[in-house]
Amino acid sequence: MQWACISFPQLALDDVLRRRSDAPAPLVLFEGAGSRARVYAANTAARHHGLSAGQSLTAARALYPRVNAVEYDAAAVERCHDFLAAWAYRYSSQVCRTFPQALLLEVRASFRLFGGWAALHAELRRDLVALGFEHRIAAAPNPHAALVLARARDGCAIEDEAHLLDALGMLPVQRSGLGAVCAESLQRMGLRRLHQLFVLPRAELGKRIGAQALLHLDHLRGAASTALDCYQPPDVFDQRIELPFNTVSHESLLFPLRRLLGDFSAFLAGRDSGAQRFTLAFEHERGVPTEISVGLLAPERDPELLFAIARARLDRTRLREPVCGLRLVSDELPPFTPARRDLFDTRPQRAVTWDALRERLRARLGEHAVHGLALHPEHRPERAWRVENPSRGTRHFRGVDESLPPRPTWLLARPIPLRERVARVLAGPERIESGWWDGADMRRDYYVVETASHQRAWAFRPAGEGGPFMLQGWFA
Amino acid sequence: MSAILQPLIETGRLWRGQGTVPRRDALPTGFDALDRVLPGGGWPRAALSEILFPADGVGELRLLLPVLAMLGREGRPVVLIAPPYLPFPAAWIAASVDLRCLQIVQASEADALWAVEQCLRSAACAAVLCWPRQADTATLRRLQLAAETGQTTGFMLRPSQAATQASMAAVRIGIETGPSRLRVLKCRGGNPPVQTVPFTAIAA
Repeated sequence: MQWACISFPQLALDDVLRRRSDAPAPLVLFEGAGSRARVYAANTAARHHGLSAGQSLTAARALYPRVNAVEYDAAAVERCHDFLAAWAYRYSSQVCRTFPQALLLEVRASFRLFGGWAALHAELRRDLVALGFEHRIAAAPNPHAALVLARARDGCAIEDEAHLLDALGMLPVQRSGLGAVCAESLQRMGLRRLHQLFVLPRAELGKRIGAQALLHLDHLRGAASTALDCYQPPDVFDQRIELPFNTVSHESLLFPLRRLLGDFSAFLAGRDSGAQRFTLAFEHERGVPTEISVGLLAPERDPELLFAIARARLDRTRLREPVCGLRLVSDELPPFTPARRDLFDTRPQRAVTWDALRERLRARLGEHAVHGLALHPEHRPERAWRVENPSRGTRHFRGVDESLPPRPTWLLARPIPLRERVARVLAGPERIESGWWDGADMRRDYYVVETASHQRAWAFRPAGEGGPFMLQGWFA
Repeated sequence: MSAILQPLIETGRLWRGQGTVPRRDALPTGFDALDRVLPGGGWPRAALSEILFPADGVGELRLLLPVLAMLGREGRPVVLIAPPYLPFPAAWIAASVDLRCLQIVQASEADALWAVEQCLRSAACAAVLCWPRQADTATLRRLQLAAETGQTTGFMLRPSQAATQASMAAVRIGIETGPSRLRVLKCRGGNPPVQTVPFTAIAA
């Protein structure tokens, strides 16, 4: 087994920062209320102004009055941790999120798929940068060692037990994951690095540092193993972004919307599923949220496509009141089947598939705006066709009755009086008489006529009567 | 010099005013007489063609059905954007158009132009047909550029009155009636013929 550990040194801060379009501005997280509020974490810009964790919020505001202060929300951090686990599930079937601010992944089984550690490592980092999380990654043969190494030595990858002992041995005692008290007392004994501990007689060391710390050292070296709880991704995606301001402008909603759909796409990739239907809820201070339900014909998970569709739907929606939060819910997550493309596809760049184009058209023009057409075996022209939807398979009747006279290429779904003057009758009458059994009885004599301006029309009169023509189609 | 110019001449981007150089990538119209007068021997690919007709039912679709039938066999959809009437399946099948690749987009006048541009630009369609009623020169230029970017063949069907308006389309053909004739008003890469082409022969 080979375990990769991704450690998130500022998970709570990243969780807040990645939702804000003004991320580089100084920002602190605080916990506690009133005068006891303390800075929990500060971003780079805030640290630059001398703000740091542990200060009282009053002191922080005195140092830099315009700092954005956001309350630390432990539940939000948990949700964020869950989301990261769902993302990581794409890379390994064994993901463990037991340890705070860290994820453990069994990666050996994934090497063949992703092309070895170097490629997988690069891919993990690229994803995390795109998602907007500070991260440290290390790999080791056992999960505890990976965890400690990720926190102490970013980027380190150890393949076998022998190198593991060397690498662990070089670690300072303070950074070895032993308790603060224990590390302090070891420091005072003159034991600064782990290799000094490893050579000491086990029983005597145990007396000094206690059974718990001894077990931790065994875990690190892989001498003792623990069972880890494996993560299972949920069947529902439900994520929410609270906006730092209230807005009615669509433009300012685009950043959080893009972020939300990016997360959704990462989640879908983790489950190897696509979204068939999802709901975007724009929450207002009062009253029910404005909901947009987006339905797709085929499961999709491309973030750009999802964003383009959601944006088109948003543009057509009028927001009654200022929006204070954004929520995305989807519980319909069918398996994703990627579109196939030819190896030697010569289509131009930025080309999209017909499926993607159809979704884009439907998003702006309406659910039923794009459709196919099918022949229906029926003599009455108004009923001789069917609208065909791609989601629903329709039988195609390909056979046209060739004994019938030619039919016009354009059909008027509802006949109208023929306004043009008829110059001559080219063919007809052809009697079409049908439908006495379903209440839409029809008895008509059809003619092909040419109008004074040389148009060829398909027109009819009631059977056996003269009088004006009704226009049914054009021989265009 | 000619080594640099040759590809431009061959693709019809440069025309030196003498004769016509056959373009290799044209789509046969299905009407021999028309193929003979069009440079390249047919409808230009990856460009916009314009058909100007005086009234409904004078053969504006008959002119296009052979090329649509051929393009439909490529497997990509032929898209009709906001058609004025409903295509009658029996007649289209009789003209050997595969209905499975025919897609209809219902849109209002303003949305239709947007949809045309999307379809032309996307490279997902074999052909795009549209019926713009009010399109200014800038819009036509936009559509022609979209057709070039997306390498898609577009057909624009417009009333005859639009013939006086400048157009960026690569080919403009007017339908004349009584007797039925085709007049090539413009064709990129060659002089438009002075004579009209009889439009009576039914496509094979």
